[in-house]
Amino acid sequence: MSYNRIFGLFLRHYFLIKGSLPRILDLIYWPTIQIILWGFISKFFTTYSDYYNNTVGVILTCAILYDFLFRSSISFNMLFLEEIWSRNFTNLFIAPMRISEIITALVGTALLRTLIGLVPAILITTPLFGISILNLGIPLFFLFLSLYIFGITLGLFVSSGLLRYGPSFENIAWSSLFLLAPLGCIYYPIEILPEFFQNVARGLPLVYIFEEARSILVNKVVNYSNIKDAFVLNAIYLFIGISLFYYSFSQARKKGSLINIGE
Amino acid sequence: MQNLIIVENLSKNYQKKEAVKNINFTINENEILGLLGPNGCGKTTTIAMMLGLLKPSSGNVKIHGLDIEKNRISLLHKMNFISPYIELPKKLTVMENLIVYGNLYNVKKLNERIEYLSHKLRLNEFINNQTGELSSGQKNRVSLAKALINEPSVLLLDEPTASLDPETGDFVRKFIENISKEKKMSILLASHNMDEVKRLCKNVLMMNNGVIIDKGTPDDLIAKHGKKNLEEVFLKLNRKENELQ
Repeated sequence: MSYNRIFGLFLRHYFLIKGSLPRILDLIYWPTIQIILWGFISKFFTTYSDYYNNTVGVILTCAILYDFLFRSSISFNMLFLEEIWSRNFTNLFIAPMRISEIITALVGTALLRTLIGLVPAILITTPLFGISILNLGIPLFFLFLSLYIFGITLGLFVSSGLLRYGPSFENIAWSSLFLLAPLGCIYYPIEILPEFFQNVARGLPLVYIFEEARSILVNKVVNYSNIKDAFVLNAIYLFIGISLFYYSFSQARKKGSLINIGE
Repeated sequence: MQNLIIVENLSKNYQKKEAVKNINFTINENEILGLLGPNGCGKTTTIAMMLGLLKPSSGNVKIHGLDIEKNRISLLHKMNFISPYIELPKKLTVMENLIVYGNLYNVKKLNERIEYLSHKLRLNEFINNQTGELSSGQKNRVSLAKALINEPSVLLLDEPTASLDPETGDFVRKFIENISKEKKMSILLASHNMDEVKRLCKNVLMMNNGVIIDKGTPDDLIAKHGKKNLEEVFLKLNRKENELQ
């Protein structure tokens, strides 16, 4: 792998963000609105719900974690869509970049985009709602890492579709996470789901991540087996995601979709 | 003279269409080869296979003696491409775009390279402007700078002067002519501008319906078909080919 090439692709997106105040505001705007909305909902439940009444901010913490997942996945997709929209796709693929370098560069850049959006939103939770996500302690790092890996994996699935099918796959890029949200058990325990869906949900790392966040906040217990299960599932999905990306690239070369992908 | 590019029995079939059918040609070091043909005749498909963007159904492309399919990344370091149908990111300044592509091509002494190209292609007056704000002539010069950032030995040009005013078109043609001599590049020039092809190219391939229907020097082709210029040869050959189809 070449550090220069990875840095070059990172720079392409860094320059794009740096040079545009509307883009920076757009990155910050949605997470902030989302957190404020869930902050008030959280406050309401804390006051009126038996389940939440001893634990301030469970919903808000889960909302922040979910938004981190959402932003990381969307950021990864956006980086790919930017190349399609700017008709720069062909230039990228005739540059001597390995697929592994493209993935590495996009993973790093997606993190930058995600953090630009989420850090201000996290910072306002303490003065506005008296809640700090740091209450999760050291496991917070593992939860964020696990969510980031899953977000990137979903981004890889969607980008594979964009590579193979072009801009017509764009709508799926936007809706992919909404499809998984009900099964991710973000705001409720898995037992709420019908049995069939519980079995499906257990195949997703999200269930273990959010179960763990609630366990720490509600029961003050850290259960590392949940974190381990999430990482094992993440490793499997990431492997599938990377393989699919390579396969889509190979198919795109056969079908010719790299030539006129912007059209 | 050494064949820098060898295209052997190259074909591309899509589900119901044969886009390129068993074509063969070579390009020598320091040669500009013209590729003429009507829209949809297979020029872009051929270029895409030469760039490794498209996998051939059969045949191969060898550049510097290496098969592009097996050595895509190492060969792409020595190649570059321009087409009016692809653009550089519009929101990045000219300088930012050149920095990005310089890094993607692992260019050593990038600042010096950008300075050299900016001077040669007269980019200095708008180097800090966003690329999307430039006129089509300025954008074309920026695309040319991007295509030369890695000092390629193989340059593939797909209609490099399309939609340019005569003066800018002439500047670009002169530039291509000079740089190919100075740097001993091998260039494939796909164009609809017959005068441009006649002026720049030593040899010309005439393509239609995915096959090479004739080839030779521009003067030989004109003499062979008893026409006044290359455009008349082009029209004659394509009409004949279309009647046969």
